Amino acid sequence: MDESEGRPVDRRGFIKDAAVGAAAFAAPGKLMADQTESHDHSHGHDHDHDHDHQDVPPDIALRVRALESVLVEKGMVTSAALDVIVDTYENRIGPRNGAEVVAKAWVDPAYRERLLADGTAAIGELGHLGGQGEHMKVVENTPEVHNLVVCTLCSCYPWPTLGLPPAWYKSSAYRARAVIEPRTVLSEFGLDVPEDVEVRVWDSTAEIRYLVLPERPAGTEDMSQEELAGIVSRDSMIGVARVEAPAGGPSGGDQ
Amino acid sequence: MTSAGRGGAERVDAERLAALPPLPADEDGPVFEAPWQAQAFALAVRLSEIGYFTWKEWAGTLADELAAAEARGEPDDGSRYYHHWVAALERLVVDRRLSSSAALDDCREAWADAYRHTPHGQPVELGRAD
Repeated sequence: MDESEGRPVDRRGFIKDAAVGAAAFAAPGKLMADQTESHDHSHGHDHDHDHDHQDVPPDIALRVRALESVLVEKGMVTSAALDVIVDTYENRIGPRNGAEVVAKAWVDPAYRERLLADGTAAIGELGHLGGQGEHMKVVENTPEVHNLVVCTLCSCYPWPTLGLPPAWYKSSAYRARAVIEPRTVLSEFGLDVPEDVEVRVWDSTAEIRYLVLPERPAGTEDMSQEELAGIVSRDSMIGVARVEAPAGGPSGGDQ
Repeated sequence: MTSAGRGGAERVDAERLAALPPLPADEDGPVFEAPWQAQAFALAVRLSEIGYFTWKEWAGTLADELAAAEARGEPDDGSRYYHHWVAALERLVVDRRLSSSAALDDCREAWADAYRHTPHGQPVELGRAD
């Protein structure tokens, strides 16, 4: 085995092209989130809020963080290079969990109601909550409203439901621009939201994470819950994509 | 020991994966139960790509760690595979003097502290000035 195979790579562009610059965080004024005072702080991290601290991750996760920090600090690896590797596996944890939730909500009106009323409990019904105790809030796309999820300050992400966060979600450009110019960001993802559709941006925090319930596409009336789960993409549950009916779908129709 | 291209890697090829003690995977490649596992995976991949150790050395160290766990009587059901992965990584990093146990411990403590003292909703960062 040879360690030296160099394999330069062209990664997909995504929003990464825009990820250079745009460092400033957005003023959170436009956010729809039930955010509390916690996101209003813009100063440093040097104050103590003993009542309000974040849960300390498991020791093993801290050991990994320590390895990375030490090696990055010494310039032996870069976080960006690690992200590139992790990014290629971004769908490799819990990728279908969120899709299962969405598909069930599409076919089961009572479940949809429970899901929108109490996302944590309804997702828990399917056994998909992680041990982190974060609350899940599900926001529904409609013909009038399009929802978009971001974490402006870090990269809070419901990974038990959606898997590993994609690198662009963690980029400072996405975090800032999703709030300042969500329509532009969406169009860069290939999603043009009509002017008369309201765009709501939800800012995740350590204690509450959001999942978008996308609209069920026309032409999928004959699909089973399982088939539906197969067409729900991760991006649609972040809100940067729509769910599309499969080309030449079951009905072959174009309603 | 040439450095891999700046762009990093596409998915780790099957040949390298096959050289490891069998890792949690399905037909489409490795699967992870939590982000830290993927991060640890990436660290080993990247360090070997750059040439701090060979993939063969990595596989050997990981195998040693797994064998040691088995000798301790830990269940061999794959549930702690990435715990052993991290232990192997720490061992190799210290062996190659990329860092020291003390430095790793200090840094881990610093991260735990950062979590304890960072309010909800704020990015957790290591303090630098103090």
